[in-house]
Amino acid sequence: MSEPVTLPEEAPEQARHPFTEAWEMFRRNHAALVALVLLVLICVLAVIGPVLYGRDPYDMVWAPFTRPGENWDFILGTDYLGRDLLAMIISGARVSIIIGLSAAFVSIFIGVTVGALAGFYRGWVEEALMRFTEFFQVLPTLLFSMVIVALFGASLPMITFAIGVVSWTAVARITRAEFLRIRELEYVTASRASGARNAKLMFRVILPNALPPIIVQSALMVGSAILFEAGLSFLGLTDPNVVSWGQIIGSNRTYFLDASFTVTIPGVAIFVTVLCISLVGDGLNDALNPKLRAR
Amino acid sequence: MNFLRVTLIRILYAAILLIAVLVLNFSLMHAAPGDVADTIAQAAGGIDAEALEQIRREYGLDQPFLVQLGRYIGNVLQFDLGYSYFYSDKVTNLILSRLPATLLLVISAQLLALVVGVVLGVFSARKPNGILSHFVTFLALFGYSAPVFWTGLLMLVVFSLMVPLFPVAGMRDVTIEGGFFVQALDIAHHLVLPMLTLASIFLALYSRLSRAAMMEVLGSDYVRTAKAKGLSPRQVVYKHALKNALSPVITLAGLQLSAVVSGAVLVETVFSWPGLGTLAFQSILARDTPLILGILFFSALVVIVGNLLTDLALRLVDPRVGGKR
Repeated sequence: MSEPVTLPEEAPEQARHPFTEAWEMFRRNHAALVALVLLVLICVLAVIGPVLYGRDPYDMVWAPFTRPGENWDFILGTDYLGRDLLAMIISGARVSIIIGLSAAFVSIFIGVTVGALAGFYRGWVEEALMRFTEFFQVLPTLLFSMVIVALFGASLPMITFAIGVVSWTAVARITRAEFLRIRELEYVTASRASGARNAKLMFRVILPNALPPIIVQSALMVGSAILFEAGLSFLGLTDPNVVSWGQIIGSNRTYFLDASFTVTIPGVAIFVTVLCISLVGDGLNDALNPKLRAR
Repeated sequence: MNFLRVTLIRILYAAILLIAVLVLNFSLMHAAPGDVADTIAQAAGGIDAEALEQIRREYGLDQPFLVQLGRYIGNVLQFDLGYSYFYSDKVTNLILSRLPATLLLVISAQLLALVVGVVLGVFSARKPNGILSHFVTFLALFGYSAPVFWTGLLMLVVFSLMVPLFPVAGMRDVTIEGGFFVQALDIAHHLVLPMLTLASIFLALYSRLSRAAMMEVLGSDYVRTAKAKGLSPRQVVYKHALKNALSPVITLAGLQLSAVVSGAVLVETVFSWPGLGTLAFQSILARDTPLILGILFFSALVVIVGNLLTDLALRLVDPRVGGKR
């Protein structure tokens, strides 16, 4: 008797969940994977770090300008007021990351709305919205945010708004381009023919398919928002009641000739965080960009 | 569509954009708590309510918003940006006196970034897996991730503190006396670090883009034709491919003007460079409304005119641009 023919249990071409597929692609980018792990660590540190470390970043705990390694109680040394640099950096992580995320959210929200409306409705709506976008492109971003923060008060929500409102133009252009491309595809026409209304077409049919490049851009936006906040707080335009990385550098800048570590070390925190974000962005690009997928 | 008509339409757009910027800035200042009279009162160490009213009347601050706005736009169109109470000088004078320092910094940094960026990009495109190509990737990551003021401070730590090659701050050394040549040399000496710092952001961008553009062009049909007819690789790269690869780089450089202004503010602050950036920073801290408005207007003007010129230059050079519109 011959062996019964066994069929493979699962056809290899069977469609897998898009997230599984994207994760497989992401995993192949080792740099992005390491960066993601680091980023998670930084976020965890930002959330529970102040509790774990337990030292108040505002306390003057030791002689000013204690160098790193001079006293093992203060591993990263102390700043110009004798505050523990490590405590300040841990506390600053929270502010930098919260502002980075929420400012990016503001700009993505504005950008996606403007881009989606422009790409979906075309005609005079598109013309008007793209002129509007162009208008925000010519504003000198940092100067404009500085003015907003200086005039309307340096609270965290105001800083978030000031950063978000000047950095959405790239998102708007990407969203519009995707909408222009997708709205002509057959499944959109089919869905329109079956009676879907505009709002549904825009947000349930087109937007989910336009997401990949928007997600990649969003990751980068978080990084540039963190840099932006660092720039503002370096200039002293920050909430005086909280510590942030840029602010540590800005307030110690006057003394950097005597104690350069007070400006170099907090900068490393910003640099590493933004570097990880951009590496993760690269990884997301590999994972979500269908053109690169070898099929 | 012919070039002249396109030019005129673009100029018209630019003018409308500029007026819109004026309206937005002025409204923003108007909406903010406190006005010029308060600033003057503060500078004078406090004055009574009656005098405050008098100042408001004199400067027309008691007029309705639209009247004030109209008057301001009218003044700007006559190149009158108002008077700075903090510096006791005309805003236009202040801006023009600080402009050369900023122009020197910005133009030299951009030229450096463009030239070095394109050279790096072209070399690394020819060997996509070579050391130089990896270096460009690294440079691009660093340029994107490092806060520019931190890069500047690192430069100072390394090249002023550890190896004292360059001065810590300012644009010239007042103790140095001499003719034009000596002075120019002194300024160049002060310029090196701020220029390198500002260039670092854009160098990353340009090298990455020109590598990508060059690699795309090198894979195109006409380059294969050029190779096939027996031209040397050098000729193919520098005479045929480079011209076409440059077009996106120039477009991007034109679009970076707004970022250049932002970068200049931070770099000038780090190096105490006496340019528009430091002036803007001081005017914001002092809440010197006419000066803030003037600088915002001026930087928007620079960005808009810069974009316009880039656009028109590309249209002249690259026939692929602007088939539509």
